[in-house]
Amino acid sequence: MAEFTLPANSIVKPGKHFPAPEGATNTRRFKIYRFDPDTGENPRLDTFDVDMDNCGPMVLDAMIKIKSEMDSSLTFRRSCREGICGSCAMNIDGSNTLACTMSLEDIDGEVSIYPLPHQPILKDLVSDLTNFYAQYASIEPWLKSDSPAPPDRERLQSPADRERLDGAYECILCACCSTSCPSYWWNSDRYLGPAALLASYRWLSDSRDDATGERLDELEDPFKLYRCHTIMNCAQVCPKGLNPAKAIAETKKMMVQRRL
Amino acid sequence: MSNLRTPLSQVKGLGSAKEGTSHFWLQRLTAIGLIPLLLWITFAVARLPSMSQADIQAWLANPLSAILMILFLIAAFWHAKLGLQVVIEDYVSDHSVRTVAIIAVTLISFALAVVGVFSVLHIAFTG
Repeated sequence: MAEFTLPANSIVKPGKHFPAPEGATNTRRFKIYRFDPDTGENPRLDTFDVDMDNCGPMVLDAMIKIKSEMDSSLTFRRSCREGICGSCAMNIDGSNTLACTMSLEDIDGEVSIYPLPHQPILKDLVSDLTNFYAQYASIEPWLKSDSPAPPDRERLQSPADRERLDGAYECILCACCSTSCPSYWWNSDRYLGPAALLASYRWLSDSRDDATGERLDELEDPFKLYRCHTIMNCAQVCPKGLNPAKAIAETKKMMVQRRL
Repeated sequence: MSNLRTPLSQVKGLGSAKEGTSHFWLQRLTAIGLIPLLLWITFAVARLPSMSQADIQAWLANPLSAILMILFLIAAFWHAKLGLQVVIEDYVSDHSVRTVAIIAVTLISFALAVVGVFSVLHIAFTG
């Protein structure tokens, strides 16, 4: 049933203010969500005034600068800084995206940074994606074929068949899409979410995979697949420009196709 | 982490229901059927205020009107039942409340459809 009271620790309180170093003339204000579950305190929104004359162009550059120079306790994931590892996914300026490929120029005014929505928080901007990764594992994201592999070469695929994987294989599992989806917020215990369903479609549309029927059997469920109501937040936020909603619609079409 | 089941086991849960496509398909099918039926009923209802009770009874007793009205009632209540079930599944997270709500919506929709169809037949056959 609907919850009418907010869970403990859900109200974000105003936090500390970290002023810019003296003499800085070109500053920008960052509001960053902070939470440490070990203290039992409510989350807070810290304010950092960053000296932009000595800062890189991306949101991640500013965050690393804040961590190095203003508050070393600020916690976030990052690795490749070029949009291929998916570690620095967070909610920036109201949308899920990667801090490393989000240019500060594209944000007006203050920069607000929150963790990915509706996931348990481990600390600050680090969310617990255990369920998200388990959902990816559950779609069995590997080639399954009863046809023996040719002994002397790889499994062949025509250029046209290879093209069908475009838009499906590039996913970096950053979780921007799934955590932006209202259906995923309400039912992530049973709805697989756009990322896992896009990954599933990547194998459903692979000409070398012959487990299509079993894969569809596994997805045929009111919750696993059919919680998608084509809200399209997934396609809107995907930092790789992919369209999980279309992949899910194609999967539904396959479901109908095999019974008509 | 008080739950010692592995994350994968929790995600797999009770497994696939092997169902859901017929619900999806019927929702679209009833929606397609409702497009012409809704156009028809909009014009029909708009004409009602200018008609006497005898005129309306005679109009509904006409086989074409009666058949279209019955088709509309079946499609509309079926579509409503399917749609409300999705809304309940989306927003009611408590499993027992969800089950009771789906039972209620199913029975009420079915009962209302039967009441509607019976009323049309009653007018059509007894005047």
